Amino acid sequence: MNRSFIAFVRKEVTHIVRDPRTMLIALLIPVVQMILFGFAISTELNDVEVVVATPKMTPAIESKVAQMAQNPYITFRGYITTDKVDHCLSSNEALAVVVFSRDYDRNGKFQIVADASNTTTAQTATGYLTNILSESKAAVAPNVRILFNPQLKSSYNFVPGIMGLIFILICAMLTSVSIVREKETGTMEVLLVSPIRPVMIVVAKMIPYFALACIDLVSILLISRYALDVPLSGSMTALFALSFVYIILALALGLFVSTLVESQMAALLISGMVFMMPVIMLSGMMFPIENMPTVLQWVSNIVPARWYIPAMRKIMIEGLGFGYVAKEGLVLTFMAVALVAISVKRFNNRLQ
Amino acid sequence: MERNDVITADNLTKRFGDFTAVDAISFSVRRGEIFGFLGANGAGKSTAMRMLCGLSVPTSGHASVAGCDVARESEKVKRHIGYMSQRFSLYNDMTVRQNIALFAGIYGLSSSQIKERCRELAETLAFEKEFDMPVAVLPLGQQQKLSFAVATIHSPEVVFLDEPTGGVDPLTRRQFWEMIYKAADEGTTVFVTTHYMDEAEYCHRVSIMVDGKIEALGTPGELKAMFNAAGMDEVFRFLARRATRQ
Amino acid sequence: MRTLLILLRKEFILFWKNKFIPKVAFIFPCVVILIIPLVTTMDVRHVGVAIVSHDNSRLTQNIITDLGATSFFTVSRSGSYADAMEMVKDGDVDVIVEIPKDFQRSVESGNPIMPHISANGVNGTKGSLGSGYVAGSVMNTVARFRGIKPEEKASVRYLYNPTLEYRNNMIPALMIMLLIMICGFLPALNLVGEKESGTIEQMNVTPVNTTVFVLSKVIPYWIIGLLDLTAAMLIAAAVYGLVPVGALAAIYVAAALFIILISGIGIVIANRSETMSQSMFLMFFIVLVFVLMSGLLTPISSMPHWAQAITYALPPRYFIEIMRSVYLKGTDMSALGMQYILLAFFAVLTNTVAALTYRKQQ
Repeated sequence: MNRSFIAFVRKEVTHIVRDPRTMLIALLIPVVQMILFGFAISTELNDVEVVVATPKMTPAIESKVAQMAQNPYITFRGYITTDKVDHCLSSNEALAVVVFSRDYDRNGKFQIVADASNTTTAQTATGYLTNILSESKAAVAPNVRILFNPQLKSSYNFVPGIMGLIFILICAMLTSVSIVREKETGTMEVLLVSPIRPVMIVVAKMIPYFALACIDLVSILLISRYALDVPLSGSMTALFALSFVYIILALALGLFVSTLVESQMAALLISGMVFMMPVIMLSGMMFPIENMPTVLQWVSNIVPARWYIPAMRKIMIEGLGFGYVAKEGLVLTFMAVALVAISVKRFNNRLQ
Repeated sequence: MERNDVITADNLTKRFGDFTAVDAISFSVRRGEIFGFLGANGAGKSTAMRMLCGLSVPTSGHASVAGCDVARESEKVKRHIGYMSQRFSLYNDMTVRQNIALFAGIYGLSSSQIKERCRELAETLAFEKEFDMPVAVLPLGQQQKLSFAVATIHSPEVVFLDEPTGGVDPLTRRQFWEMIYKAADEGTTVFVTTHYMDEAEYCHRVSIMVDGKIEALGTPGELKAMFNAAGMDEVFRFLARRATRQ
Repeated sequence: MRTLLILLRKEFILFWKNKFIPKVAFIFPCVVILIIPLVTTMDVRHVGVAIVSHDNSRLTQNIITDLGATSFFTVSRSGSYADAMEMVKDGDVDVIVEIPKDFQRSVESGNPIMPHISANGVNGTKGSLGSGYVAGSVMNTVARFRGIKPEEKASVRYLYNPTLEYRNNMIPALMIMLLIMICGFLPALNLVGEKESGTIEQMNVTPVNTTVFVLSKVIPYWIIGLLDLTAAMLIAAAVYGLVPVGALAAIYVAAALFIILISGIGIVIANRSETMSQSMFLMFFIVLVFVLMSGLLTPISSMPHWAQAITYALPPRYFIEIMRSVYLKGTDMSALGMQYILLAFFAVLTNTVAALTYRKQQ
C-alpha cells in the first residue's frame, strides 16, 4: 500500500518534470507577476494633469499657479480660456481645471472642475488641489500618524492580495486539469482498477502540486521582503501555516472542479477564468468588503481569498501573530476540510 | 524520374536533434499502385509519410508528390493528396454528414457535388442511419472507414494511409481493403503503412523500413523469393531482427 | 471566401455542440455585469473610529457627535490607547482619535493642544483618506466651538459624473475585462484543443490557407464578443441606468478592433503552446497584466514612470480611454483618433503574428 502510493507520487512527479514548459510557466508566472504588480499597482495618484483657466492674469494668480506647479503630485499643463474648460476635459487633455474667479484678488474664490469619468482620480485630484490652493489658515490641525505603513505604500496592500489571487487560481488550474486530462485520455480508468484506493490516487496527484506551490510561496515571500520591502514582521509560523492551509484548499478546489466537468477546456476555464472574477472583486483585494451590499458581503464569505488576504495583511504588515488570525485560520481550515470531503465523496460517487 | 511515377523520394532525411528518424530513403511509387510501407514501431514510417504529405519539412534530400516538391511546394502537394492519420482525427462532436461536408467543401466541391458524394458514401459505407449522429458514437471500424472516405472525398491522385486498420476486427479490415482496391481502380495511388503482414500481401509492392532506412523493396512475391520465405511475416521478422532501435 | 464560410460553419456547429462553452460565453458575462458593479466602490466609508478621551468636556462630546453624524464613520469609545490598538489589530477600528487632557480648556485659552490621530496604513487609501476625513471633521468642530465660521473659497464641480458614482466608472472597465477574458481565453483553448485532439492535422494536410484558417478562429469570437458587449450595455442601461453619452458607433468600432486584437493574441499563444495548460497559463498571465496594469482598476497615472511606459504597449489602455470618454463624456471619435489608430495597429500586428506563427508544417 505504502509502496504503491509512493509509486503513484513518483508517476505524478515524472509527469510534471516531463513537461518542463508548463512547470517553468507555473513557477515563473507568480514571480514575474509579483514583481510587476508589486511595483506597478498603486492607488496613490502621482501625476495629476492640471490646466488653469482664468478671465484675467494677475500677479496673485501667477504666484498661486507657480506654487501649484512646484508640487510633485501636480503636472501643470498650461493656461486656457474659460470657455474651453469642457472641451479640455472631454478630449482628455487634463484631469482637472482650476478656474479662478474674476475677482480672485479680492475674494480668493476659485473653482475646481474635475473629470469624474474616473471617480477615484477625480476625488483625489480635487483633494490635492483644494489643499494646495486654499489659504493655509492658521487653524491648528490635529497630529496625524499613520501606523504600520507610514509611507502609505500601495504594495503593502496589494502583495497579500496578489498572493491570494495567484495561489488559488494556479493551484486550482493545475489540479483540475491534471485530473480531467486523465479522464479524457482514459488513463484514469487504468489507475482506478489498481488496488490503491481512489482517494489515494487523488492525494498522490496533489502532493507534487503542493510542492510546486510551496516553491512559489517561498519565491513570492523572498520577492516581497527583498524587492518590495514588505516588512514580513509577523509570525512566520502563522504565515506558513495559513498559506499551507490555503494551498491545500486551492488544490481541493481544483479537485472539486474536476468532479464537475468532463473536458480540460471546461476545467481550465472554470478554475482560471470564472474564479478570477470573485477572487479579484469579492475578496477585498481591490474593493473594501464593508462597502458592498449586505447580500454580497454574505456571498464574499465563501470566497477563500476573502479570509486569506486580510490574514496575510495582518501577519505581513501589521506584524501580528497567530492570535489575531485565528478566526481566518479556522474558517480556511474548515473550508479546506469540507471541500476535500465533498470532492472525495463526489469523486467516489462517480466511480460507481 | 519516369513519367508515371507519382511519388519519388531521393535521399529523404529527417533528423530531430541527434536522432535520425528517417535516414536518406529513396524510392518511387507508380501511378495507380498500392504501395505498402512496412516497418516496426519507431522505424520512421509515420515521419516519412508526414514529410510526403507536407506536414513535416525534410532535413535534407528531396521528394516530390504529384509533380510538386514537398519542401518548396507543400501547399500545392496538399491539393493532390488525401491523408488519414493513425489517430482518428475527424471532429468528434460533428455528425458524419457535417464532417463529410466540411472536408468536401474545403477541397472545393460544390454543394450539389457534396450531396451526391454523401449519397454515394451512404451506400458504400452502409451506415446511412448513423449519418446524422456525432462521429464520436460510431464504432472504431466505422470511424476508420469514414476517415478513409473523407481522405478520398476529392478523388486525390495519392492517398496516404497511416495504419488505417489498427485495432479493428478482421471482417472490417477486409471491407476496408475492398475500399482501398476500389479507390486504386479509380486511379488513386495508395500509400499505406501497416503492421499486418497479411495486408502486405494485398499490396502491389512493399518496402520494409528498419531503423530509418529502407532495407527491402519489391513485390511481395519478389521479397519472399529473395529471403526464401513462405510469407511476408517471415520476411519482416528476418529484417526486423537487425533493428537496434526500439 | 467559400472555404472561410465552410470553416466558420464548422466553428459554430462545434460551439453549440459543446455543453460548457456557450454558457461561459454568454451567461458568465451577463452575471458579472449584473452583480459586480454593486461591489466596485473605492469610496472610503464605514471607517471605524475609536475615541480615547482624556478630557470629559463638552467639546469632546461635540467631536464624537459630529463624527457619528455622517455615514463615513462608525464611532466607538475606548478606555485606553492600548485597548484601541487591540481593536485596530482585530480589524474593527481603522482610526484612533486620542483627545488630550484639558483639551477644551486649551482651546478656550487660544493655545490648543490638538488631538492625536493614528490611522491604520495597511490599506493606503483608507488610511490616508480616512485619517484626513477624521482630521477635517475634528477641525470643523473645534472651529465652530471657537465661533469661527470657515469661509469656503473653493468650490468643486465634477463633470460627467456629478454624484461621483463609482459604478459608472467601473462598468465600462468590466465590459473590457469580460471581452479580454472571453475573446482571449476561448480562441486560445479552442485552437490548442484541436492540436491535442489531432483534428488540426487533418486540416493541415488540406490546402486551406493559413490566413483563412486563423480568420475562422477569430471571427466567431468577434461575433460573440460584440453580442456580449451589446448584452452588457443593455443590462447596464436597464439595471444601472448607465447609457452611453457618446455615439454607439464609436464604441462598436473600438470594440470590433479590440476583440480582433485580443483573439489574435490568443491564437499566437495557442500556436506557441503544446498543451491546453500551457496556453491557459500564458493567457492567464497576459490577462492579469491587462486587467491590473492598463488602468482598468487602478489609475495609470499612479504607477511609477517605468510602469507607465509599459502601459503604452498594453492595448486595453487605449480601449479603456475610448470607452470611458465615449461612454461617460460623450467624446467625439475624432478627438480619440490616436487611440483608434493604435488599436487598429495592434489588431493588425497581433493577427499578422498569428498568421505567421501558425505552422502547417513542422
